[in-house]
Amino acid sequence: MTDTTAKPINSFTTSGLTKVYGEGKAQVHALRHVDLEIPKGEIVVLLGPSGSGKSTLLNIIGGLDRATSGTVHFEDQNLTGMTDAQLTSYRRDNVGFVFQFYNLMPSLTARENVELVTEIASNPMEPDEALALVGLHDRIHHFPAQLSGGEQQRVAIARAVAKQPKVLFCDEPTGALDSLTGRAVLNVLKDVNEKLGATVLIVTHAAATAAMADRVIYFADGNIREVVENKVKLAPEKIEW
Amino acid sequence: MTPLDHKLLRDLWRLKGQAVAIGLVIAVGVLVLVMMTGLVSSLTNTRDAYYQRYRLADVFAPAVRAPQHLVRDLMAIPGVAAAEGRITGGALIDLPEQKLPLQARAISLPDFGAPRLNDIYLTDGRRPDGGHTDEILLLRDFAVINNLHPGDTLSATMNGARRIFRIVGLAQSPEFLYATPPGEMAPDDARFAVIWMGHTALSAAYDMKGAFNEALVSLEPQANLEAVLDGVDRLLDPYGGLGAYGLKDQLSNRFISEEINGLQVMSVAIPPIFLGIAAFLLYIVILRMVQAEREQIGLIKAFGYTNAEVATHYFKMILAIAIGGAVAGCLMGIGAGRAMTGLYQLYFKFPFLLFAIEPASLVTGFAISVLAASAGGVFVLRKVFALTPAVAMHPPAPADYSGSGRVTGWLDTFLDQPSRMVLRRLTRHPGQMSGAVIGIAAGMSLSVAMVSLLASFERTLDLTFNTVDRSDLTVTFTHPMSDKTIYELQRIRGVIEVEPARIVPVILRNRLKNYRGALIGLIEKPRLYRAIDDKTAPILLRKDGIILARALAEILDIRPGEMLRVDVLDSHRPKLTIPVAGLSDSLLGSPVYLELSALNLALGQPNRVSGAFLRIDSVYRDAILSKLKGMHAISSVTRKQDTRAAFEKMMDSSSGAMRYVMVAIAAIITFGIVYNSARIAYAERARDLASLQVMGFTKGEVAFVLLGELGVVTLIALPLGAVLGHYLTFAVSKGFSTDLYQIPAVYSPESYGFAAIAVIGSAVVSGWLVKRDIDTADLVSVLKTRE
Repeated sequence: MTDTTAKPINSFTTSGLTKVYGEGKAQVHALRHVDLEIPKGEIVVLLGPSGSGKSTLLNIIGGLDRATSGTVHFEDQNLTGMTDAQLTSYRRDNVGFVFQFYNLMPSLTARENVELVTEIASNPMEPDEALALVGLHDRIHHFPAQLSGGEQQRVAIARAVAKQPKVLFCDEPTGALDSLTGRAVLNVLKDVNEKLGATVLIVTHAAATAAMADRVIYFADGNIREVVENKVKLAPEKIEW
Repeated sequence: MTPLDHKLLRDLWRLKGQAVAIGLVIAVGVLVLVMMTGLVSSLTNTRDAYYQRYRLADVFAPAVRAPQHLVRDLMAIPGVAAAEGRITGGALIDLPEQKLPLQARAISLPDFGAPRLNDIYLTDGRRPDGGHTDEILLLRDFAVINNLHPGDTLSATMNGARRIFRIVGLAQSPEFLYATPPGEMAPDDARFAVIWMGHTALSAAYDMKGAFNEALVSLEPQANLEAVLDGVDRLLDPYGGLGAYGLKDQLSNRFISEEINGLQVMSVAIPPIFLGIAAFLLYIVILRMVQAEREQIGLIKAFGYTNAEVATHYFKMILAIAIGGAVAGCLMGIGAGRAMTGLYQLYFKFPFLLFAIEPASLVTGFAISVLAASAGGVFVLRKVFALTPAVAMHPPAPADYSGSGRVTGWLDTFLDQPSRMVLRRLTRHPGQMSGAVIGIAAGMSLSVAMVSLLASFERTLDLTFNTVDRSDLTVTFTHPMSDKTIYELQRIRGVIEVEPARIVPVILRNRLKNYRGALIGLIEKPRLYRAIDDKTAPILLRKDGIILARALAEILDIRPGEMLRVDVLDSHRPKLTIPVAGLSDSLLGSPVYLELSALNLALGQPNRVSGAFLRIDSVYRDAILSKLKGMHAISSVTRKQDTRAAFEKMMDSSSGAMRYVMVAIAAIITFGIVYNSARIAYAERARDLASLQVMGFTKGEVAFVLLGELGVVTLIALPLGAVLGHYLTFAVSKGFSTDLYQIPAVYSPESYGFAAIAVIGSAVVSGWLVKRDIDTADLVSVLKTRE
């Protein structure tokens, strides 16, 4: 992985990123001067104990939250000074989210949940294609209540990828799933990364997930403790946890 | 304080907006209850005490001239406790600064001491001395407004003779609790007076020495009123008895009784609407809470708390809101009651009127608030009992919309995803949605009815003073005059048109029903004062039958074509039987019309008139009035504009104020429902909405998903509210109408517009309040929480 002719283009570059919650004695430093580069097209896993700041980082670079100080760049755009409306359009055009509790609209069917995004995206794929990608082509007319947890999470992923995002953020995507279903979901994430070339960021407690990543970032006390590049990636179905 | 109580306090703080909105709806219900029942008991008790202390008679019996010794015979009638004969007559007061003579009623008092019946309440000065025939007492409110004081002199005409009197005191009387100029409906302190003076002095003025022209009778507790009335009529008949009547038919007493009845009806009808809506709101708020807290409930149960303890926790929340609302309602009710009491005193002349809080109403207010709120809560608490710890701690499955998807299936092709979400949520909770729709519609219908009522009063005024009565002046004579007098009036410079009238007091009888009123004789095709039908077209008067006010036909239970008995209380008091030829639609009073010459023929007095309607050129008004003021045969001149002004003033203040209050509380209901619906919708969907924002939906697009639902509910409620309002307007009009005045059910587009604006305004404010929360929502924390 050494290329001397061109610097790898980064999806994200942060510099001195700091996030402080509360004031005075109640102050909590969630992030302390984080400097980080995330190259385009990689699967990156953020690992660390609760409260280590990994989710805070994800939220800030995902445009859901603002840093107290420091800067974040997405490709060549500076996210730091963006207004709410600009952050909204940043998310709309570039970012897909997958959450631990799926966050599907209970009143919309699987396909309609995907259409929710394709209706507003600038360059979406066909909803059915997105659902086929996650292996749900036969359940597109089911409502969330009629789907299992793993199926709901796959709809959530289909919804996140249908806009063909440049980055896919996954916060504990397998947290509410059993290991078998969890592996299937990780497999889908890997497919998305390979087929769409999207950068995939996964925040998780499950250390074993790290084995499928290009790069693993270990978090502790609001800062990066270590960044490890995997020479060999494991297929999700081989992961043990 | 237990940990659960801490939770309770914090929950209440978190839900403060909704708690206040629901508390307010409860408070308004209790307010109305406490205020109205308080007013009913204050007015009733004060009236009764006033009547009793000043010995108001139970029976009034006017006659032409009865000998004084007849009082002994009256006392002998079984059931009579006391009787008295007095002299009363019309008088005109001439105030130098007034263009018109003012109407007054002169009443005799015993020369020395207080009367046995109908005593007066002396507010200033002293009673007249029987030895001084020029001493009088004057009605206090007339004196105050005209700046007259004890010691002043007053010029008055009695029985055609003008005299100068000395005011020695001011007084009020229970028989003039509500004092209107003769023939008018609204009190006007400036234009109507009562003069009390010694019996000897007044008997000289009215040529009644040794006689009386009105008997007053009080009854023993068990007496039979009808039997006494018969007995009195029989005794007075040879002396020109004009028909004895009970206190309930006494005009002043009728007005106050109507008012009390109206208040009583409202105190029973209105609070349940508010409390019902509060119960519904509490139901959905607590339901939402229990659903959101199922895990906590499971956990608490897992710790070993019993069902009863957990249920009590939620029940305390209901109680806190109910009791908070009830306390606020009681306090506001007492405040509003005090304010209303002040207004009432402008029209009902009580020596004192204190707003008496009815303790029972406070207890009832509390009890029904708590009961209504509990009723809303009980359904929810059943769910708390049903939750087992294991089930409760398991995250709930996503709400199942598979049914609603089919409901809206055919529509889906036309809708984008956000619109589908709005529609499916509406169809998934049809119960909740129709509850909200009905509640908002109820609030709106209340607004419609109340604003329509204001329009109805406008209509009454318009119809009475522009369509029925098109004259400028009404003149009445001291006694029936030759119709040549009309020519005399016509000759006055500036008088454009004169129309004769003969008005005689009558008792109308149909089988067991009877009614004391006046028969109005007019020319066949009157122009200045007309009977009109339900399309406001003039009705031609008939020689062969009478035209009866519709409200009166209902009271007498009689239809056109049937025969009505008319006992005339004038002239030689003939008892006539006349067919009802038609019905008229007057809104003030309950007039009865007959063609003038036919009336005179029936009375055996051809070519007589008792008054006239005049249309004048306003340029000559002052000259005309001063000319009329100088004519001895004229007992009163009334300007239509004065009558109308008095009426408008009354409508605008006392009862008018009540209607504005009703409009305000209708808006509170609407706001309470709309705001709570919006809040609950937001609480239920905070996570969905945050997800949408994360996906890149703008705040406006997200707000549409939430507020679209509110919009649809509001839009459905609007036509429903209009329809309900239409029917409520009819019911309210009917409820408020009496034989004294009819409230037409007026279709007024502006009342619908006003109510719709109130509803939409509440919806917009609620939506804005909730949208503020969407704008400031912490996306991250919302998404992290499990449903």
